[in-house]
Amino acid sequence: MGLFKMPSLGADMEAGKLTEWMVKPGDRVKRGDIVAVVETQKGAIEIEVFQDGTVQSLLIEPGATVPVGTPMAEIAGAGEAATPTAAPPPAVPEPTTAPSPPVAPAPVVPAGAERRVSPAARALAGERGLDLTGIAGTGPEGAIVHADIEAALKGAAPTTPKQSAPKQPAPKPAAGFDFGAMRTAIAAAMARSKREIPHYYLEHSIDMTAALAWLGRTNESRPPADRLLAGAMLIKAVAIALKRFPEFNGFYEDGQFRPGESVHLGVAIAIRGGGLVAPAIHDTDTLSLDDVMAALRDLTARVRAGRFRGSELSDPTITVSSLGERGVEALYAVIYPPQVAIIGMGSIVERPSVVDGKVAPRAVVTATLSADHRVSDGHRGALLLRKIDDLLQEPEAL
Amino acid sequence: MSAAQSAPAAETTYREAVKQAIRDAMIRDPRVFLMGEDVGRYGGCYAVSKGLIEEFGPDRIRDTPLSESGFTGAGVGAALAGMRPIVELMTVNFSLLALDQILNNAATIRHMSGGQFGVPLVIRMATGAGRQLAAQHSHSLEGWYAHIPGIRVLAPATVEDARGMLWTALEDPDPVLIFENVMLYNMAGPLAADAGAVDIGKAAVRRQGKDVSLVTYGGSLWKTLDAAAALAKDGIEAEVIDLRSLRPLDDATIMASVGKTRRAVIVDEGWRTGSLAAEISARIMEQCFWSLDAPVGRVCSAEVPIPYPKHLEEASIPQTPQIVAAARATLGR
Repeated sequence: MGLFKMPSLGADMEAGKLTEWMVKPGDRVKRGDIVAVVETQKGAIEIEVFQDGTVQSLLIEPGATVPVGTPMAEIAGAGEAATPTAAPPPAVPEPTTAPSPPVAPAPVVPAGAERRVSPAARALAGERGLDLTGIAGTGPEGAIVHADIEAALKGAAPTTPKQSAPKQPAPKPAAGFDFGAMRTAIAAAMARSKREIPHYYLEHSIDMTAALAWLGRTNESRPPADRLLAGAMLIKAVAIALKRFPEFNGFYEDGQFRPGESVHLGVAIAIRGGGLVAPAIHDTDTLSLDDVMAALRDLTARVRAGRFRGSELSDPTITVSSLGERGVEALYAVIYPPQVAIIGMGSIVERPSVVDGKVAPRAVVTATLSADHRVSDGHRGALLLRKIDDLLQEPEAL
Repeated sequence: MSAAQSAPAAETTYREAVKQAIRDAMIRDPRVFLMGEDVGRYGGCYAVSKGLIEEFGPDRIRDTPLSESGFTGAGVGAALAGMRPIVELMTVNFSLLALDQILNNAATIRHMSGGQFGVPLVIRMATGAGRQLAAQHSHSLEGWYAHIPGIRVLAPATVEDARGMLWTALEDPDPVLIFENVMLYNMAGPLAADAGAVDIGKAAVRRQGKDVSLVTYGGSLWKTLDAAAALAKDGIEAEVIDLRSLRPLDDATIMASVGKTRRAVIVDEGWRTGSLAAEISARIMEQCFWSLDAPVGRVCSAEVPIPYPKHLEEASIPQTPQIVAAARATLGR
């Protein structure tokens, strides 16, 4: 029997609110299936399951906010006999063993969940017949305390005043964004980054004339929906270059660098109304340019709708922040911890350049690298930017 | 007796309050006399009885040999014979020499005589660390005495209690031990000119609060009040209970407070294992379990002989930051 737990969808996530179950007891699931929608500070996120099996029971009701790691569902492994939803019958104690401990009174704690509930909270909940499922604890070690029960009885948890009472059916997530919470999350991540990460910055102008010319030829014959954008080329070039520079692709955790196993390139996407998220395009380096473009379109559409998958949000190994057409020439980005680098792409602009001894108008993009000096040095960073430049000079090879 | 009816208060030291309590008792009752090492000509090792031998003479302010068992036994005998002796033991560490007299005689005679004899004896002694007197003069063993049925154990922490507990103790028909923390003797506080006897059965709420109950006594009271003030700056309202009587314990006051705050931390300068703090914690579990929101916390002394160096001595006994931390832990903050 496996437990499906509230996943951590980022270093700054402490709790998530279940908004919707996509499965019910008895459903068969396999690794990667979306089983729930969880609302975090970054919006409504589709959560994937990481094991094959059959959904045994759902432990959390929609509307509940629970800390990361809280069991949310029981999943019987493949081949494991699905038992009834009720708790397994207790083993008959050996006559010689000590008597089993006294059974706790009324309130039901989900099987397998180690919820801490203070005696005072337990007594009040028992007296009022309140189910403790889904009540967030604010006491020592996250224990549910008397005040939490009082708040739940009043219909509002103390830590999340906007949360509906646990028993009420959860409303469908709207756009799924709490802009205030998102701003808080960005503030926490960025402050941590600037506090902990010794950034260094490099800047390099990349001639995009050849790339844009190739793009123009390629798009000529395509319907608008299938056309490529320069942004996809930039992302692909970065992903390929990173294969040669693994020290920019991964995580700095517990005092050491852990390289990413693949390139999951995070794309910073601004959200209308404020804020941004940077979900990943998985295995970016192995996708064709068309696939990268499709992924970019899909991701942007889903982010704007407020729905993306947990793994997309939690596992980018590096981020690219691209200003697009309406930006300025350069941006110096702040690394999203625990990542170790972020690449900024300014707007592509036309500028006079010296080509073959003559001044000529050229399309130019300013690429910047912000990198973690604990992990890499400027020399390698410069080579990375050069490599991206080289790749963009041969766009047909991307 | 009640503060409300008091005459104007004057700043008085704890030492002076104890002396005035002894003087008052000597004047009011001719059966009262003081007996102990260096209490007469030297004026007491903590200068509590300075000048009393001039006022009352060597029959009533009696210097004794260095023989705790002997003169405590003499006190038990005098009490049995109708006197009201005050025996001073220099420190709680030395009182162990008199433990046989206290436990096997003073505490048992009423029981063993079928109620025919009582021992109206008061034994005062200094307790606690902080004066760099090292491991043979600095311990807090009052919790051991609080284990013994047949005696009453008091711990005055305020000037008012230092002044008022002695007379009430002398009126008790059974033995009473009074523990004076050595760090309090120089402490000054307002004492009404007509201050007198006080009740010795009740704990006192020294600060009102709703978030956590800090239960303490004696020298730790002031550190605990400092901790409560620090907690208040963070919006945590701690209630501070001064036990005053270590035996019997005033369960009603403790439980009323913990029932309200749902959290408790006990601050006790004794060693943690088998301590008075352990007893209070157990009683809270027995009587308040269903009101608790957090495990009961304890701040006790490190389980070492009290060290001589100042910094180690300070580190070995409860201090304000530890009390603050323990209180915060019960709130998960």
